[in-house]
Amino acid sequence: MKTSQLIFRASVLCALGLASISGYAQTAKAQAAMDKAIVASFRDEGIISVASITQDETQALCSDPKMATGKAGAKQRAAIEAANMETILPPYDGVYLGDWKEGEKVAQSGRGATWTDKSSAVNGGGCYNCHQISKAEVSHGTIGPSLLGYGKTRGNSAAVVEYTWGKMYNAKAYNACSAMPRIGHFNLLTEKQRKDVMALLLDPASPVNQ
Amino acid sequence: MKKIVSGGVSATLGLGLCFLVTSVGAQNAPTASDGIAKYREMIADGNPAELYEAEGEQLWKKAAGPKNATLEKCDLGLGAGVVKGAAAQLPRYFKDTNRVQDLESRLMTCMEVLQGIDPKEIVDAPFGKGAKKAVEAVVAYVVTSSRDMKINAPMKHPKEKEMYALGKRAFYYRGGAMDFSCASCHDDASKRIRLQDLPDLTSAKGAALGWGYWPAYRVSSGEFWTMQRRLNDCYRQQRFPYPNYVSDVTIALSTYLAANAKGGVMYTPGLKR
Repeated sequence: MKTSQLIFRASVLCALGLASISGYAQTAKAQAAMDKAIVASFRDEGIISVASITQDETQALCSDPKMATGKAGAKQRAAIEAANMETILPPYDGVYLGDWKEGEKVAQSGRGATWTDKSSAVNGGGCYNCHQISKAEVSHGTIGPSLLGYGKTRGNSAAVVEYTWGKMYNAKAYNACSAMPRIGHFNLLTEKQRKDVMALLLDPASPVNQ
Repeated sequence: MKKIVSGGVSATLGLGLCFLVTSVGAQNAPTASDGIAKYREMIADGNPAELYEAEGEQLWKKAAGPKNATLEKCDLGLGAGVVKGAAAQLPRYFKDTNRVQDLESRLMTCMEVLQGIDPKEIVDAPFGKGAKKAVEAVVAYVVTSSRDMKINAPMKHPKEKEMYALGKRAFYYRGGAMDFSCASCHDDASKRIRLQDLPDLTSAKGAALGWGYWPAYRVSSGEFWTMQRRLNDCYRQQRFPYPNYVSDVTIALSTYLAANAKGGVMYTPGLKR
């Protein structure tokens, strides 16, 4: 190959590279402008402030469909998972399981945390909105996997108990862009409520495991 | 006239609830849409939204506001006064306002320019009340005049393309205490919440299931809901803050949905749970 050809090729490559870098900067700039327009469209109402939709790193990454799944975002997702794992706290008194009957009530209720709710309102877990849990409740969603027989299938070893606790506390520690809310991390349920839901899933006496 | 409207609406609401309760209580777990389908059949010849439509047609032709004018010269995108087919080609760019507008923001422009009505009055009123109630009735009239027509928002003007991009960004924007975006529930056709089927709004078929059936008469609330109200309640349940009426994000999402639904059919006004 002649030198002139080499130079030509190199300059084409340079041009392509520069174009893609400036293209990326343009995209990032356009995206930032769009995010600003999104946030500017809302107002504070009741217990929900506009500030609550300013994104953390998890939300920002997972808002890009290309990064949320597939190879492109794998590294970033692993980092997000590690950061979320750091947030998980064990129960204050070391007791993981509460009362499954109370847990069923928490799982049934989808109430709370909207702008029409009072700050004193007790939040529900909304678990049935997305998961099948007990046989008796046929009105269940399918966004999440079925949890029917959860404890019966998995047993209640320390590893299973801790994983389940952590998954409910911060689902993004295990799957960066999971559809499941970070229930402990964002205080959507109290520790007692989460223990009761743990019992619903893991107590051998719970209807989930019959 | 008002008395007849509320009586008819609550009687129909009662019927609707019976079907809903039956379907939820049944043993073999039919989806909520089964009950709704039966209900739709029952009232195939009469959606309660017709009462709103009749009121809206009157409001369109009646002189009102500080300028004491009708809306009959309102340009919804197909020329002054053309109502037939207008809803099927919205949202779109309008030269006079230099922005992309959905049906409700466009009606606000007409009410301001032709009738002298302060848009702030409309924005500030709660859904179903005051100045917003008039807009909602006119929406019912306009969308009925596009029934059975092909969804065909233009998507040619750069501002329309910009609005589509913003709508897509908003659709996937995760935030709030539950990390939800529109896509959390609406990017997969096989999912449901409780027994409610969820359309995949990113696909042409799913978007038409959404865009083609809203605005709608909402059985569970006994009221006619515009698209702005539908989106407002989506965001409430998403645990987001309150989206301002006719704000960019709401018009952008409508633009995204209408464009995705292109070629589908307008069955508006719909009849919804």
